[in-house]
Amino acid sequence: MKNKLLSAPYLVWMVIFTIIPLGVVFYYALTDSLTGHFTLANLAGMGTYLPIILRSIWLAFLAALICLVIGYPVAYCIAQASPTRQRFYSMLVMLPMCMSFLLRTLAWVSLLEDTGIINNFLRLIGLTPLPLIRNNGAVVLGMVYNYLPYMILPLYTVIMKIDRRLVEAAQDLGCNSAKVFQKVILPLSVPGIISGITMVFVPAVSTFYISQKLGSPGTTLIGDVIESQFKAAYNPNLGAAMSLFLMVLIFLCVGAMNRFSGTDGEEGLMAP
Amino acid sequence: MVLLAAALPVPARAADNGTITVYNWGQYISDGTDGSLDVLAEFTKRTGIKVNYLTYDSNESLYTKLKTGGSTYDLIIPSDYMIGKLISEDMLEPLDFQNIPNYRNIDQSFRNTAYDPDNTYSVPYTWGTTGLIYNTKYVDKVTSWKALWDKRYAGKILMFDNCRDAFGIAELIQGYSLNTESTDEFRSVSYLLMQQKPLVQSYVMDQIFDKMERGEAWLAPYYAGDYLTMAKENPDLAYCFPEEGYNLFIDAMCIPKGCSNKAGAEAFINFMCDPEISGKNLDYLGYSTPITAAKQYMDPEMANSPVAYPDAQTLQRGSSYNNLSTAASQQMDSLWLSVKTSGSDTRRYLITSCAVIALLLLGAVVLRFRQKRRKARRCRKWHDKT
Amino acid sequence: MKKFSRVFTVLVFIFLYIPMIVLLVASFNTGADVAVFKGFTFSQYGEFFRDDSLLRLLRNSVVIAVLSSLLATVLGTMAAVGIHSMRARMRRLVLSATNIPMTNPDIVTGVSLALLFAFFGHLLRTNSVLGFWTLLIAHITFNLPYVILSVMPKLAQMDPDLEEAALDLGCTPMQALRKVILPEIMPGVVSGALMAFTMSLDDFVISYFVTGSGFVTLPVEIYNYTKKPIPPKIYALFSLMFAAILLIMVGMNLLQMRDATNRRSRVRLIGRSENAN
Repeated sequence: MKNKLLSAPYLVWMVIFTIIPLGVVFYYALTDSLTGHFTLANLAGMGTYLPIILRSIWLAFLAALICLVIGYPVAYCIAQASPTRQRFYSMLVMLPMCMSFLLRTLAWVSLLEDTGIINNFLRLIGLTPLPLIRNNGAVVLGMVYNYLPYMILPLYTVIMKIDRRLVEAAQDLGCNSAKVFQKVILPLSVPGIISGITMVFVPAVSTFYISQKLGSPGTTLIGDVIESQFKAAYNPNLGAAMSLFLMVLIFLCVGAMNRFSGTDGEEGLMAP
Repeated sequence: MVLLAAALPVPARAADNGTITVYNWGQYISDGTDGSLDVLAEFTKRTGIKVNYLTYDSNESLYTKLKTGGSTYDLIIPSDYMIGKLISEDMLEPLDFQNIPNYRNIDQSFRNTAYDPDNTYSVPYTWGTTGLIYNTKYVDKVTSWKALWDKRYAGKILMFDNCRDAFGIAELIQGYSLNTESTDEFRSVSYLLMQQKPLVQSYVMDQIFDKMERGEAWLAPYYAGDYLTMAKENPDLAYCFPEEGYNLFIDAMCIPKGCSNKAGAEAFINFMCDPEISGKNLDYLGYSTPITAAKQYMDPEMANSPVAYPDAQTLQRGSSYNNLSTAASQQMDSLWLSVKTSGSDTRRYLITSCAVIALLLLGAVVLRFRQKRRKARRCRKWHDKT
Repeated sequence: MKKFSRVFTVLVFIFLYIPMIVLLVASFNTGADVAVFKGFTFSQYGEFFRDDSLLRLLRNSVVIAVLSSLLATVLGTMAAVGIHSMRARMRRLVLSATNIPMTNPDIVTGVSLALLFAFFGHLLRTNSVLGFWTLLIAHITFNLPYVILSVMPKLAQMDPDLEEAALDLGCTPMQALRKVILPEIMPGVVSGALMAFTMSLDDFVISYFVTGSGFVTLPVEIYNYTKKPIPPKIYALFSLMFAAILLIMVGMNLLQMRDATNRRSRVRLIGRSENAN
């Protein structure tokens, strides 16, 4: 009985620092920057940023898809290994996640630049240098690179939990390995797929650093606009409006995906 | 526990006589590399005041940082027009010149300026010019700002990442004043900038050093002093004072309101006005000193450099920025934002997104349909059995 | 099929580690340009240790990471125990609210906290609100969900009768908590704490919006560095952090292995005792 009270400090903290700030964002999004009166102008002003919003969503979606295609075989492979090996591999996957994401992105800049490592190498062996940076492709590459572990780990957790006996049963009933995959493993790994796509899409759609470093002035993303509103030009109202829009967008996407998977979100965080 | 408490910093409110926070442009002080004078260390040695040194990359981000608060700075070094703006918004402290006896070293031509007519709020730190830097290995001789719109160098052109300097270049090309406030002229300028955008590799400030030195980019507008620094690393680089004119600027030291150590800041200003310090500092930086006596402490090649100290005829083409009215500033800000965020492929994205959404909806409907059919089949089978 | 996926996995791992290798190599480079390797040297490491401002930033980051993860662990563990005892509907509500900082992109969390602090600043009529305390609050806020979601599964796995047994044997609820529940969930608590520590150490986006001038953490300063030519000692810093995080992860690994073997041996014991009865 008394145990419930233990969570009281946390609940207070959560209300003050998670719920109320969202309310503050609402407030700023709906007020005018100069007069402080209620206005929908900020939200309407976002219409001019439609190409940027669409570009962010499209690139993030591409990145999530590519992560899925690359990450699924890797997660499957790790899940087949012995338990100690599994832990080792998942540690290897998590390690880049914990290292400075700024510096790793910068390393890609050095690799992809016109005078960077890859192009220097191409020049050395006599081929023409390629325009590898400052386009949408480089931004997607950056997103895929940075968020691939976020796809691999949930997939691995879910695939690992699939009961081996189901696989054996399917094989006993005469399925070849392709059929086993299609009918047993794939459907059971759907929660992992959904969770992985979410965990890649959300940071990818809101990034600003990757597009600043690997993109060109023509590949501005939502995150860039929000950041410039708060750091360069001083218009927190427009920034808040865009943040609000981003939040709603993600809430809708996550909600839609959860509807498809049917989980109720009580699962632990990648628990072994 | 005690160790942890010792590691906790003192809350910002307590004034500390022994430290000042200096907020300056990036790459704008001699710090001891390549055998130059470490100005901050020298200051601490002479006065005992420690320096907490932070940097910004444009007047606009300085202004935003001051406006949003959350930080106490003792000394800032904005450019002329920004000082005018800060004075008009009452964000600066008047200086106590009793603490700055070295002010007598500042040349007469840098006193009673347009932005600080009574010399109450600022003391000049450097002056300089904005010109066109280009890599002679890849680019033919350049005489005009229009070279930044040259399609032959598409993807190798850099551009200023702050609205005043970017608009300034376009204004000069179109023959407008650097301080125009006309809406029509603003629109025409932003149109010109949007035409340049597909050719621009990147909008940069301090990132320019890396890019020009390595030859990643070939053309860039930037400040004379930084050109001299870059030319040391890459002798292929040349500087041009464009024929349409260029911006002449003064960066001056000021003390913002809300500082915690005004006396320490004034001691710093006094220190920077010492001819020997100014000479050695600017000898390294390449920018121009407002103190004639400092030139004797510089390398003669630097003191006579036509880039750092252009002749009278070239100087005539230069003009300075004034502070614009709030309405004009806001207009410029929003036009600049629209230049930087303009995208030309709206239709393509609209079509692709509609197609993708349609496909997804179709997929969802098909899945639902198949689920329903499977359920119906199972129900029928069970019904048949019983 | 299997061979293909194994080769593919190796390739993907190489892809994941190429930039890290580039940076590690760059830390031994005599020249500043990452793309051109001029010569092998340890001097960058020497430069790094001599640079007071970098060391101060590192200290700042570590202080914030340690403090915020400790406080978040205490608060979060208490919260998890409390949430575990709630009725199902209340629990679902609280857990979905807990998920908000995790499903929200970092930039929205950072912006919302920055606006909240600016709002407080307006109320208190002060301009210098952002600093150490706001940074700490922000870090604790985004660490809490990680801790809670690490501890909840352990609580779920725990045998519910254990607590009742302790109470029956005469423990006060506090003693039951300390002697029975806590040791059971300790692996979850520790892994939550470690996770919070690593997240806090490397956090950039949220800190970027909430930090003041007086107290800057390493990732934010690295961002400022990326706007100018980068001094190579940063790469030395990266290599050292890589080694440190590797050690932490290996430690976490060993801890998890120990927990797994303990559980297995306990199951065997219970099995044996059940057989004996």
